[in-house]
Amino acid sequence: MTEFQKPDIDWAALSPSLVLMAAAAVVLVVGVLLPRGARRPFGATVAALALIAAGIAAGVLFSMDDTASTLVRDSLVRDRLAEFAQMLVCGAGLLAVGVSYWESRSPRGEDAPRGLTDDGERVSEYYTLLLAAAGGMTFFVQADTLMTLFLGLEWFSIALYVLTAIGVHRLSSLEAGLKYLIVGSFGSAILLFGSALVYGATGELEFGRIAEASGDADQLFLVAGLAMLIVGLAFKISAAPFHMWTPDVYQGAPTPVTAFMAAATKVAALVVTVRLLVVAFPEQQDLWTVALAVIACISLAWGNLAALVQTNVKRMLAYSSVSHAGFLLIPVAAGTALGGRALLYYLVSYAALSVGSFAVVAARERELGEDVTFANLGGFGWERPFLGLSMALFMLGFIGLPTSGLLLGKFYAFAAAYERGWTWLALAGVVATVLSVPYYLGVIRAMFFSPAQLRAVPAGGSPPRDWPLTAAVVGALVVSIGSLIVADPLIDLARNAVESLQFPH
Amino acid sequence: MLTTALIVLPIAGAFLLWLLPWATARAAGGLALLIALAELFLWVVALQRIDFASGGLQLATETVWFADLGVSYKVGLYDFSLWLVGLTALVTVAAVAYGMWAGRERPRAYFGLLLFLAGATVGVFTAQDLLLFYVFFEAMLIPLYVLIGVWGGVRRTAATLKFIVYTMAGSLLMLVSIIALGLANDTFDMTRLATSDNQWIFLGFLAAFAVKAPLFPFHGWLPDAYREAPSEVSALLSGVISKTAVYGVLRIVLPTFPEPVADWRTVVLALAAVGLVYASLLAFRAPDVRGVIAYSSLAQMCLIFLGLFAVNDSGLSGALLLSVVHGLVSASLFLLAGAVERRTGTGELGRLGGMARGRPILATFFITVGVIALAVPFSAAFAGEFLILNGVFVHGWGWAVAGAVAIVLAAMYVLRLVSAVLHQDPGPSVPAHALDLRPAEIGIVGALLAVLLALSFWPAGITDHAFGGEPAGKVTSLVERGR
Repeated sequence: MTEFQKPDIDWAALSPSLVLMAAAAVVLVVGVLLPRGARRPFGATVAALALIAAGIAAGVLFSMDDTASTLVRDSLVRDRLAEFAQMLVCGAGLLAVGVSYWESRSPRGEDAPRGLTDDGERVSEYYTLLLAAAGGMTFFVQADTLMTLFLGLEWFSIALYVLTAIGVHRLSSLEAGLKYLIVGSFGSAILLFGSALVYGATGELEFGRIAEASGDADQLFLVAGLAMLIVGLAFKISAAPFHMWTPDVYQGAPTPVTAFMAAATKVAALVVTVRLLVVAFPEQQDLWTVALAVIACISLAWGNLAALVQTNVKRMLAYSSVSHAGFLLIPVAAGTALGGRALLYYLVSYAALSVGSFAVVAARERELGEDVTFANLGGFGWERPFLGLSMALFMLGFIGLPTSGLLLGKFYAFAAAYERGWTWLALAGVVATVLSVPYYLGVIRAMFFSPAQLRAVPAGGSPPRDWPLTAAVVGALVVSIGSLIVADPLIDLARNAVESLQFPH
Repeated sequence: MLTTALIVLPIAGAFLLWLLPWATARAAGGLALLIALAELFLWVVALQRIDFASGGLQLATETVWFADLGVSYKVGLYDFSLWLVGLTALVTVAAVAYGMWAGRERPRAYFGLLLFLAGATVGVFTAQDLLLFYVFFEAMLIPLYVLIGVWGGVRRTAATLKFIVYTMAGSLLMLVSIIALGLANDTFDMTRLATSDNQWIFLGFLAAFAVKAPLFPFHGWLPDAYREAPSEVSALLSGVISKTAVYGVLRIVLPTFPEPVADWRTVVLALAAVGLVYASLLAFRAPDVRGVIAYSSLAQMCLIFLGLFAVNDSGLSGALLLSVVHGLVSASLFLLAGAVERRTGTGELGRLGGMARGRPILATFFITVGVIALAVPFSAAFAGEFLILNGVFVHGWGWAVAGAVAIVLAAMYVLRLVSAVLHQDPGPSVPAHALDLRPAEIGIVGALLAVLLALSFWPAGITDHAFGGEPAGKVTSLVERGR
């Protein structure tokens, strides 16, 4: 019987996840002891500080790590790709905290409670879960074995299932939570089964050793496992046709949760997808590039066509997120270093646009006290110039007009496809972009071109100031516009981040 | 620096207007006008500084934007782009002044957007990096969308959507071409591009410019957009924005794709010739003032494309001259159409008429611009059209015949327009007390008209000061510059 050897643990490399989980515990435990009124500021402050600290920790690690190394017996990896993704997740989480702060506020002083919390109840739980989800993601992106991959996936998913359902007074929130739980578990089950097949074929869990062992492996099992892994991750990326949960969950979840989910889940899942495919399956590259290209095209087509006919803004943004999953998969499908840079750069501006646009939706939702539709956005742009203008810039940014770095993101994504020799994939992106124009512009049309739709002035005059949300919108604007103008440093970061991967091409 | 200043000044002015909360309507308009005039002044400085004898890229600035794919912020002026920048500056002054006089609602937003549009357009005319060119090309869409969508006519929603979707489809194809060309050259710097014989890349660029100009049959967006926009925005759209397509063909397509241009010449010339005659006929049948101007604008753009794709000295000179002249004519006509619409509340020709009686200045201006538009001999437009027909003649006399037919048709539709608005019995919508042009209108349209008359006296002012004036021929100099 071999003696159990305690593995060497590089605590510094785990610090982002540890900081976030410690803060989650603090919010939960200390929050109980505080009076109700103090829980909201306490939870939000601790969450914001923890996310900043974790982001800084990831940034420091990023600046130190020239070469990749592994942790805890090769089950986690410490490299710049993971740290880049951790910074993004923490940034998205920080903005989401700002959006969350006043979510419970009842818009017109009515009795009917709505939103995620009321009177300080569940506030501590909310921030705990948000931190846990972020901590799960920072762990997930470091995954280097199929076990840690599954562990991280479930970790942040379970937190998100509960967050989705946390608006317990709204039936739609509960429904969304349940739907997300069932469909998400289905996705996780497929992923797990795929992991089992790959393990069965190769006898290995660690990504690098899977690649080494894949030559002698049973190819049928291995390829079936690979396909199921891709499907499982595609659920989290919300790429069509594995996106069925996305519109309902995005619409039903409290809007700040949607904002966080839309940005951070995509970042984490896509980064892990790239790592898994490039490190563990370089031999099968001809298969997965084609598979991802096909999924990308389906997402582009389905997401855009469905978004065209939506009337609810959150639902439209959900389908837009499906279509952007397609755009994001274009560079991944290219399977090149250029594609890696394209993906990371695209993710930065996409995350900012996502959080920002959902933040504006949240603001409108609070002043209306009902779901935001194209019809009741009327006149919003002139009533609230800053939020209206920001939303317009976000929408134009999503199209790829020069109001955000997404223009360069699309440029890079198409360049990656072209460099790979897949001009048709770039052209699919072009067609999708043209298709997306009407619904993004529809938001601007509703906000600025139509007369005001507000049925009555909210009791007590104009809505109160919501500076945390405004700050989040400002942050999203700075990142989205800044990524266009100061593109060079950001692309350098992305280049450094993907250098730790050996792209087969 | 001067070139950068030409781009940044109006954009900075736009932000200034948006951020100053205390500006009243008059102050906002005044500030915008001041900035537009300053832009014109900067252009005059550039005109002084540029060396027409040497040709080549001048007043250039370069900063790395992102080194990864060799993309930089590189701007500069050629002698021919200088004239298009001048057109932009002048028409912007006229548009801002007219908007101020017309008293548009939400003036800060409105004038800011006009200035932003001007800055982006100057950016297109000066960008020397393919991606930067694309960024400015797309940036023009944003203010145009809002200007038409918020301040436009009743059917503006459909018009804006059609406009944006058409243009985006063209420019995204151009983006793919830009990527292909840039990756093949390892740089996106236009001055370092090798020539390419790839037809698909060529077609991607051509798609963007054919929609923007527009060239028949890519003009589906044109009538709606020109009809629904505020008149000064239509003036900018048809007078200036369409010329970005001319610049794109001159600067990118002709120097970079000599072989595809030769291969596709017949196709483009045929489209231009058919479009020319077809648009002229439509202009003759159009039921409203703006319809006539819109289709005549389409016809003129087709004529300019005839000159461009003749690819010889005469054709290119004519195309550039006619671009500037048509910019001024079209802007003047749209502003005059705006003046008529303000007085009568309609643009339908059936409800207009007899406006000359008691309104001599309106009649004089309208007829003078109209006569230049129909290219009466000794007018600047005549010089441009003559050069184009001369240039295209070497590729077959048939093209020149089509052009000549169109000139006859132009006379028909312009005279029909003049007669329907000014002559005949007063129409049901023309109130007897409708005023003659007011001093502000006289100043604005008069300034454009004065430049037109000056160019009529001295068209060589442009044709001799473009394309380096080298004896070896404009095409060669253009192609060599492209290297």
